[in-house]
Amino acid sequence: MHTVIKIRNSDGVERSDAVASNSAASRSFYKSRVPIYPKLVDGTYRKLKWAAMAVLLGIYYLVPWIRWDRGPAAPSQAVLVDLAHERFYFFFIEIWPQEVYYITGLLVLGAVAIFLVSALFGRLWCGYACPQTVWTDLFIYVENLIEGDRSARIRLAAAPWTASKVAKRVAKHATWILIAIATGGAWVFYFADAPSLARDLFTGAGSAAAYGAVALLAFTTYSLGGLMREQVCTYMCPWPRIQAAMSDKETLAVTYRSDRGEPRGAHKKGDSWEGRGACIDCNQCVAACPMGIDIRDGNQLECINCALCIDACDDVMARIGQEPRLIAYDTDANVARRTARKPARFRFVRARTVLYSSVLAIVTVVMAVSLATRSTIDLDVLRDRNPNFVTLADGAVRNGYTLKLMNRSLAPRTFLLSLEGVVPKGINVIGVGVVTQPVPLAVDADKVRAVRILVTVAKSDLTPGSHEIHFVLVDPKTGERRAADAIFVSGDTP
Amino acid sequence: MSKKEIDGVSGTETTGHEWDGIKELNTPLPRWWLGIFFLCILWAAGYWIVMPAWPGITGYTHGVLNYSQRDQVMADVDALKAARHAREAELAHATLQQIQANPDLLQFAMAEGRASFGDNCAACHGAGGQGARGYPNLNDDAWLWGGKLGDIQHTITVGVRSTAPDTHQSQMPAFGRDGILKPEQIDDLTEYVVFLSGRPSDKGAVGRAAKLFADNCAMCHGPGGKGDRAMGAPNLTDNDWLYGPERADIRDQIWNGHGGVMPTWGGRLSPETIKALAVYVHSLGGGE
Repeated sequence: MHTVIKIRNSDGVERSDAVASNSAASRSFYKSRVPIYPKLVDGTYRKLKWAAMAVLLGIYYLVPWIRWDRGPAAPSQAVLVDLAHERFYFFFIEIWPQEVYYITGLLVLGAVAIFLVSALFGRLWCGYACPQTVWTDLFIYVENLIEGDRSARIRLAAAPWTASKVAKRVAKHATWILIAIATGGAWVFYFADAPSLARDLFTGAGSAAAYGAVALLAFTTYSLGGLMREQVCTYMCPWPRIQAAMSDKETLAVTYRSDRGEPRGAHKKGDSWEGRGACIDCNQCVAACPMGIDIRDGNQLECINCALCIDACDDVMARIGQEPRLIAYDTDANVARRTARKPARFRFVRARTVLYSSVLAIVTVVMAVSLATRSTIDLDVLRDRNPNFVTLADGAVRNGYTLKLMNRSLAPRTFLLSLEGVVPKGINVIGVGVVTQPVPLAVDADKVRAVRILVTVAKSDLTPGSHEIHFVLVDPKTGERRAADAIFVSGDTP
Repeated sequence: MSKKEIDGVSGTETTGHEWDGIKELNTPLPRWWLGIFFLCILWAAGYWIVMPAWPGITGYTHGVLNYSQRDQVMADVDALKAARHAREAELAHATLQQIQANPDLLQFAMAEGRASFGDNCAACHGAGGQGARGYPNLNDDAWLWGGKLGDIQHTITVGVRSTAPDTHQSQMPAFGRDGILKPEQIDDLTEYVVFLSGRPSDKGAVGRAAKLFADNCAMCHGPGGKGDRAMGAPNLTDNDWLYGPERADIRDQIWNGHGGVMPTWGGRLSPETIKALAVYVHSLGGGE
């Protein structure tokens, strides 16, 4: 809506408040990134984050190199996603594509665990364990080593392009790119035998897919960890939105204790602390923040709960002789209670956390039991439906079945197959001939064997209708047994 | 707009649009996002140059790479043919028995046979070779023209009542339609055929029909109704009925003398494919 204000000057000229629609003030559709120069801090949480970074990067880079002897029938890499042979190896566990529900279970576990952690401690994942956080932290550390701390970096950014500035920038980006290539390089080792792939990659003999994957991940690591940084969390990641639904006012999160800090203001040494808060408005929490926000504005979308502001503030509090943890892991409820002069309390047992813990426990137990008791043999039966049954010249009726015999162990085995629920005149294994029960069937190590079987029932043994039958597969050595239900159709309605 | 409205909580400009008291924030887009948009436009321009893109009146721009999915398919088909060449040559030289005895070759023949069956045979015989009324079931053990590997290969090659000079030939007379027998005689014969298949039947009719059968039917179907493969005459004493097992079906067959046609595949399919089909059909369960 345009408001029309007419002001007539004494000279009779009409004046308007019209503003050009494309004036600079109206053109704020896009926002350039405000550069952030986080200051390096030292303290409990910074040390914790260094440790977390070392452990997580160590796991990421080293795990593909762990060997695990499985004999000649399977690869000897402890953790391997073998796409070509459709197997996933994790130490003593081997997962076939049919068992993808274990992966689903793991994802469910991961999701519920992160719900529980969010309800209890806020964005612990975002602050310490998320790859985006870990690599950004590493990239900022490299930046700090080469260009100096916050103030030096701000000066360098504003400085003219001298040889020294170019050298620093080249060194920084070169290091970042090296880290990025190493990151992409480590990723592909999870999908192939690490030592031989490493040799191939370095000698130029790797596959185009491997180089492509390394290049793609190097590019994303460099651009997301080095250039995009906090914008990934703010603009791209859905988790900040989801976690808002997981946390409540009892959630422990990095919190500015406004009950202690306000009213804030500059403080001179020797001045009284009466009638004022402990916050001296030094902005060290803002300077240390990798997200470039002010924690004193309260819990907010951008905050990844990395707790570096706690370290920054504790340092200041020690210098001015105040109690530490003006910024601390605390709850919104406690800030309100303290403001109302009530004692703080921490409620970890809440309906939400009990629910998440129960789901977590149930899924864990179900997964563990099913993993521990899973059979190394399996049997699937596909019944011929086309034709549904075949009447032979002498009136006997024949049904066809395709059996899939799975040997999940790493040694070849011979199973015994028998049929229950019907008296067959003959069992014909295609490729073997007419056989008697139990039928010995050899299956190679770690393989599936498909066998087509024709079951014929003599006219005198036939009863009308469909009959439930069971194929039973037994390993005579271990006694493992697997039964699969099927139907025998007589062709006559009962 | 004369005045920007700023949202008090977020400090962001609003669009001025309001629903149920909630105002839409005009959050500025990050500028790099805009950059990606322009990058995409650049990418599209590059795509026009490299790949086929613009339609014309008689053709289209081929692009620097001259990429064509059709060429890709043709190349893939050629590559597949080249890859199969050695196996096809083996199929051509091996006898049907040798194919069945060699597991590798058998697997290849079965795969080709299954594919070819789906393309050429399934329309009449059904996807699983289960047949239908008038189209023989290839799974059972009743064979009009023989169920050995060589018999099946021959039947596929020459067909039944087809245009091939050496095709299987048989013709059952239409006893009723052509007035060869009287309707009541056909009723008696129907009862006789039911009797032959071992089912309860009218003794009087069977007695009357014995001579009729010997005079009219035994020449092809044999005196005991056991059939004759040399003539393509079905066995009437078994449980297999091409045109149905009921009295009405049998009477209809005697009256009309149906005889289906199977085309000759000799000129249409290569000898190797016919071998593969013979092995596949033989493996369906009824092969002799």
